[in-house]
Amino acid sequence: MTGAPLPLPASAAKVSLFRKLLIHPTGAVSLLVLFLVALASILAPVLAPYDPNASSLKDVLAKAGSEFLLGADSAGRDVFSRLLFAGQFSLAGALVALTVALVIGVTAGLIAGYHGGWFDTVSSWLTGLLMALPGMVVLLAARAVVGQSMWLSMVIFGVLLSPAFFRLVYASVTAVRNELYVDAARVSGLGDVRIIGRHILTVVRAPVIIQSAMVLGIAIAIQAGLEFLGLGDRTIPTWGSMLNDGFINIFKAPTLVLWPALVIGLVCVALTLLANAMRDELERSRGPVKKGRKAAPTGAENASEKRGNAAVVHAEEPSSNHGELLLEVTDLGVGYDQPDGSTTDVVHHVNLTVRRGEVHGLVGESGSGKTQTAFSILRLLPQDGRITGGSILFEGRDLAHLSEKEMTKVRGKRIAYIPQEPMSNLDAAFTIGSQLMEPMRVCLGISKTEARKRALALLAKVGIPHPERTFNSYPHQISGGMAQRVLIAGAVSCEPDLLIADEPTTALDVTVQAEVLNLLRELQEELKMGVILVTHNFGVVADLCDRVTVMQSGRVVETGPVRAIFNDAKHPYTRKLLEAILEDTAPRGPLVTAGTPRELNGVTP
Amino acid sequence: MYRFVLRRLLSGVLLLFVITTVAYVLLYAGGGDIARRIVGPTATDAQVAMKSSQLGLDRPLLIQYWEWLTKALTGDLGRSWFNGQLVSTGVSSRLSVTISLVLGAVIIAALISVVIGVWAAVRRGWVDRLVQFVGVMGFAIPGFLIALGLVSLFALNLKWFKATGYVPMTTSFGGWAATVTLPIIALSIGCIAAVVQQIRGSLIDALRQDYVRTLRARGLSFNRVVYKHVLRNAGGPALAVLAVQFIGLLGGAVIIEQIFALPGLGQITVAATGQGDIPVVMGVVVATAAIVVIVNLIIDLAQGWLNPKVRLS
Repeated sequence: MTGAPLPLPASAAKVSLFRKLLIHPTGAVSLLVLFLVALASILAPVLAPYDPNASSLKDVLAKAGSEFLLGADSAGRDVFSRLLFAGQFSLAGALVALTVALVIGVTAGLIAGYHGGWFDTVSSWLTGLLMALPGMVVLLAARAVVGQSMWLSMVIFGVLLSPAFFRLVYASVTAVRNELYVDAARVSGLGDVRIIGRHILTVVRAPVIIQSAMVLGIAIAIQAGLEFLGLGDRTIPTWGSMLNDGFINIFKAPTLVLWPALVIGLVCVALTLLANAMRDELERSRGPVKKGRKAAPTGAENASEKRGNAAVVHAEEPSSNHGELLLEVTDLGVGYDQPDGSTTDVVHHVNLTVRRGEVHGLVGESGSGKTQTAFSILRLLPQDGRITGGSILFEGRDLAHLSEKEMTKVRGKRIAYIPQEPMSNLDAAFTIGSQLMEPMRVCLGISKTEARKRALALLAKVGIPHPERTFNSYPHQISGGMAQRVLIAGAVSCEPDLLIADEPTTALDVTVQAEVLNLLRELQEELKMGVILVTHNFGVVADLCDRVTVMQSGRVVETGPVRAIFNDAKHPYTRKLLEAILEDTAPRGPLVTAGTPRELNGVTP
Repeated sequence: MYRFVLRRLLSGVLLLFVITTVAYVLLYAGGGDIARRIVGPTATDAQVAMKSSQLGLDRPLLIQYWEWLTKALTGDLGRSWFNGQLVSTGVSSRLSVTISLVLGAVIIAALISVVIGVWAAVRRGWVDRLVQFVGVMGFAIPGFLIALGLVSLFALNLKWFKATGYVPMTTSFGGWAATVTLPIIALSIGCIAAVVQQIRGSLIDALRQDYVRTLRARGLSFNRVVYKHVLRNAGGPALAVLAVQFIGLLGGAVIIEQIFALPGLGQITVAATGQGDIPVVMGVVVATAAIVVIVNLIIDLAQGWLNPKVRLS
């Protein structure tokens, strides 16, 4: 089922996979059940007390007892003996289907995936055709022509099932075909057959084994279904034909249907659980894939650990903004819950204040905790992330302890957010216009026409040349710079008091960056917003910010008015960041005269 | 948009043509001496030859096919070899039963899957693990075993429903509902199991997308974002699985109809298969292929509605 190629050293994987299954709870039980069923079927001639086809009129529908362990069927045949022998035919039939499907699917998948070309086109098309009709209907139609042979039916079903392997192998092969190690093998003169055998088969082996278990279960089920319809070969015992006999006599002997149903159900469930267990184990051996940003414990962190929370705090300047205090973050901690129950802290004891009308830069390299701090203020941390301590006072209320319902009222209307990556932050399924109008209608409670009018005005305000056209466009139809303008329009649409901009220019072309920064400044001044500008770029800081907070490894290392930081950075990390930007701009000296400092700062990487 | 629909429509018609052609050739050329099978092993060679020419089987296959195709285009699918009934009447009179079953099962499965899938994806933890486990079971156990279990429990033991029989929807809706409840449950369980897995998986992926955070940051509630935005984005893959399940259900319905003695397409198929009544089998193949093509077309249109990129490219 999984189409993902598994980058495993397969020879090791196969041995250890079997061993791992033996200690996997459901895997071990499934294997045991399947092993016992197979063994009982193989040993049927030894174990069965009667000939499975020996009928006797006097024993018709005999009750279970000492003579017949599970009773006798409508022809007076021993149910237990038939169950054992039926296992031989049912399992063998399913194996026939599996073999046919494997041979056709894997071979075609390898050739189509490895060579491509016309074979690829034709086989992909045939796959679509084979999967177009329900298997049962095709089998029934075929049965009308080829007769009642169970073996022939299973061969045909094998063909019908081959796309299951074809698709899997095809996807895996096309994924690795152009990998470097396959190229290397080709360059070193290995023939195609050897490359397929050595490098490609090993990649697809594990998923094919998993798929085989699933396919075997499907084959057993469909075969039982065919026989249950009474269309099977009556001369051989199968679980399906026993089911048929039991169902016909369900009023006279209700338990007759039970035994074959139990065996079929047991085998199908065991095969599916086995496939799941194998997938679990394979995924586990690939290592846990952890999403989300984490601060890696580094030497730097240890160093700052020793210094404790002694962040460098610069004195306020006389010219500083003395507007009302909008946001006061005190002692904020953010942590991620780990699967083992522990918590990994990514933000430690962060303090931060923002006044109305002030732009506060939050600076640091990736993983310094600046984005995590911003998300905590919005209370939009990724899953498993939570605020572990401290308070976030916003107009006298502690956002850290606000209910989700109350918080929803704060977001958008009071605190807004501009993301980093413009494209992925627009919902591809809705037009720009509807994405602008929806929050306005929810937050401001305005009518659709009113929202539309405001959305168009906003688009014009953020410098979009054809507001009407953009309004009706889908996100994939506009450029990244446009999308960022749309997101800015969305952020300011409900006239928030505090704007959190998370690297708003990083993903943009250098020419667009300066324009977007200008726009932000204009809007900030017009709406008298407090702004938290998350960035790793001191050029942007110099351009826009009034105050700066520098973060490293989840801690604040230095904070103060922007001039103080630039002129008199105390913390070595701050100096290093400043040096990085100065080194970068120094060789461009002559250009400084050519443009205003702001534009240049905007283009500094 | 029109070009999108037109292209899908054309490829659907092409698929229908290819399926029926392949089916015709395999059914008529693969069966050996059809006339001999009909008249029986004791008939003389002259009788076989007479039957053969009477049915037109002594002519070249291509000519037979051409005749069948031109008639089929006017809605005439020939007559049954065994009871002389018009294939088109036989098939269409049973089609409504099967379609009401399968459609009912798919609609119920879609609704339940969305609720359970969202629940599992949003709550995670033990809810998610329980849903996963039940899902695997529902997927693993063949539908007809579930049907047998339902019959013996609810019809034979508890006697809440009749075990067999069918009341058309047009006669009495309540009667219809009572006769199809168990079959629809039996059909939909496997379907639910498959679709829930897909919805859960794509929802978990979609919930991680950046736009979810951005929309919430604009003041939309979590539920609003999930049901309006995330579900719509996760809906594409789920619809694709639903389409595959629909096709599977057409096959599953054959057995389910047999268990509950419903006069659907399955019944006529099984009878025709047993006799080797090839015109009827061919009629069933045409009807099934037509349903598949229509369902795929509807799903494609729905995909276009969900995803503007599909629609506009």
